[in-house]
Amino acid sequence: MVDVLYFAWVRERIGVPKESVETSASTVADLVTELSAREERYAAAFADISALRVAVDQELTEFDASIKGAREVAFFPPMTGG
Amino acid sequence: MKISVQSEAFDLGAESTAFAQGHQDQGAIVTFTGIVRDNPEGTLQKMTIEHYPGMTEKALSEIAAQAVERWSLGDALVIHRYGDLAPGEMIMMVATASRHRKNAFEAAEYLMDYLKSRAPFWKKEFLKDGAEWVDAKQEDEDSLTRWE
Repeated sequence: MVDVLYFAWVRERIGVPKESVETSASTVADLVTELSAREERYAAAFADISALRVAVDQELTEFDASIKGAREVAFFPPMTGG
Repeated sequence: MKISVQSEAFDLGAESTAFAQGHQDQGAIVTFTGIVRDNPEGTLQKMTIEHYPGMTEKALSEIAAQAVERWSLGDALVIHRYGDLAPGEMIMMVATASRHRKNAFEAAEYLMDYLKSRAPFWKKEFLKDGAEWVDAKQEDEDSLTRWE
């Protein structure tokens, strides 16, 4: 089980801020493929992953990063702080 | 080093004065403050800032620690708000203290450049005719390259 978090328009499109996901995915990209196959709202949110950023256990990383043993995976658009 | 992620307003004067205390060996303090900017048409009702609790504090602490090390700062401060803000309200501030002004100015710019594109905050603007998420700017991403 891994906690999957969504922020900003990704959260709005998927409809929940956080959910626990039963997955055998070994990378972020595998998880995205699994989620996208579930329902249209995931496929819509993940349609263009170049428009998204990902953090694994609260560290920014790439979509080919491993999620083995990860507690938390978060998807969000590019950040707009400051 | 002080890092604060908060919904409530901060007092720029009080924060700056407190930051300047106890740094007799530092000759320069630079502060920067970010304000909620209305558009030229004056249609911004409010801005909502979302963040990633836990990661935000971690990311800001890392960025500030890097600035302190790279510019040998005496101290650094970052305050960033989240939640609903009205036009004209202060969103955030950074402060840097160093022996001479050049390092304090550069470190403050570095802090701003990094927290704009690397700290997990997202701004949504509520205009008179609808709401939209603020897009990240390519120029903000590009401005990081000068620190590499």
